Amino acid sequence: MLIRQKPVIRSFQITPEHNYLNRRDFIGSTALAGTSLLFAPGCAGADDKTPAANPEVNSFEDITRYNNFYEFGLDKEDPAKLSGAFNTSPWSVTIDGEAEITGKFNFEDIIGPHAIEERIYRFRCVEAWSMVVPWNGISLSNVLQRFKPTSKAKFVAFETVYRPAEMPGQRRGVLDFPYREGLTIAEAMHPLTLLATGLYGVDLPGQNGAPLRLIVPWKYGFKSIKSIVRISFTETRPYTTWSDAMPAEYGFYANVNPEVDHPRWSQARERRIGSGLFAKKQPTLMFNGYGDEVASLYTGLDLTRHF
Amino acid sequence: MITPLIIKRFGKLAVFIACCAPLLWLILKIFAVGPLQLGPNPIENIQDTLGIWGLRMLCATLALTPLTWVTGPSLIRFRRMLGLFAFTYCGLHFLNYLILDQTFDFAAIIEDILKRPFITIGFLGLLTMTPLAITSTNNWRRKLGRHWKHLHRLVYLTVILACWHFYWQVKKDLMEPLIYCLIIAVLLGLRIWRIYRHK
Ligand code: HEM
Repeated sequence: MLIRQKPVIRSFQITPEHNYLNRRDFIGSTALAGTSLLFAPGCAGADDKTPAANPEVNSFEDITRYNNFYEFGLDKEDPAKLSGAFNTSPWSVTIDGEAEITGKFNFEDIIGPHAIEERIYRFRCVEAWSMVVPWNGISLSNVLQRFKPTSKAKFVAFETVYRPAEMPGQRRGVLDFPYREGLTIAEAMHPLTLLATGLYGVDLPGQNGAPLRLIVPWKYGFKSIKSIVRISFTETRPYTTWSDAMPAEYGFYANVNPEVDHPRWSQARERRIGSGLFAKKQPTLMFNGYGDEVASLYTGLDLTRHF
Repeated sequence: MITPLIIKRFGKLAVFIACCAPLLWLILKIFAVGPLQLGPNPIENIQDTLGIWGLRMLCATLALTPLTWVTGPSLIRFRRMLGLFAFTYCGLHFLNYLILDQTFDFAAIIEDILKRPFITIGFLGLLTMTPLAITSTNNWRRKLGRHWKHLHRLVYLTVILACWHFYWQVKKDLMEPLIYCLIIAVLLGLRIWRIYRHK
């Protein structure tokens, strides 16, 4: 894991507001050049490199062409091909439930007060492939705290936008849309949990969950819900799409765990996207390698049963 | 006009070329010829392409016999070739799994075959095809006599296992495997229907 400490200028501050949400062509922009990146323990790699120059980091192409986003289609290439009509400007997010401040807020109001950081995280899909992605975003906890959750807030629930007219996959109804996910409040407040707004220094493309998505790097990718329009503080465990649809195969926690296999495939190893035709699969790390930071969240919990 | 004579002269070559086309296309993608590409997960792409063509070739092989009821027996000459192509695609599908996907990690492969139902079923599918491919020669056919026909009824089991394997590896959307289930149900159902009609 790698966190750039210096604030990055937010894209909507350096670009006229009317077109910043649709801009997707700034790869390797000057905002990224020459800044120092810090690796935390647990991630091998180089220092003092822009993401593009860091061999561990996946290419912008791979990250934006290989997506599971069933709202747009089931094939990995579908989201990139079919998200053209997806309009993310303007965007608002409803905050409700067990908090003192609730209501509907503009994207800019949610993000505005915070400095955007860059974080390079490993991303592990439940389908046993992985990537390394340079996200831009904010610690979710910084955002959530502004809404003053009450002592009754034990969980945080998230919901993806429901727009069948713009999202062809939603018209097929493969999943119970809108897509929903949830975290315990402790998971949501953990400093690694990121509310991402961009990658590679550009705003999130539609296929990656524009304009606002969750990134929980120690959990399987399906927890990292995309295109968020609602965040609710709840007292009881919220509905979560995959684990409620197929509880034998997907759990609420969905922590990356090489010792607990999916019933239909092994989780012990993973294929790193971009490693080419002849690379071996690599061993999957407990909590996706973030155990030092997050294992304490689960002391006393039987991770085999609560997978 | 496609006359029986033309089918006899050029039919096999045409079918052979058609059956090679998906493999050639895949090879062009592997070598990234022109705009062709395998995409971000090339090994999975190869696995899926070979698997789906293996299944399609199996269906095509099984479709020939019912077709000859309508067209007359001349099409039956393609059945062996189609069957062998089905075996080739399924065999390459397995080799891709063995070599590129698992890099000869036999412990992991054995665990997969024993523990993951969809791999178990796929493996059984390939096993049931193997004796059919071996005994496809004229020599074996003569040697086995009427048993040859009995043995080759195994293909009905193969195709069911193949479709089941597909069905079980899908994450959520069962549409595509169900379409194949339907095709296979029709192909097998036609045979049952014919047996009863003749009784
Ligand atoms: C009768 C022989 C077989 C047939 C017809 C067959 C067919 C298929 C099909 C249609 C798929 C799905 C492709 C897609 O998602 O589009 C598939 C996937 C797969 N098959 Fe097979 N298969 C056979 C044997 C095997 C064997 C022997 C193995 C390994 C021991 C195997 C391993 C796999 C794997 C690992 C996948 C999943 C790839 C992925 O995750 O996308 N198959 N197969």
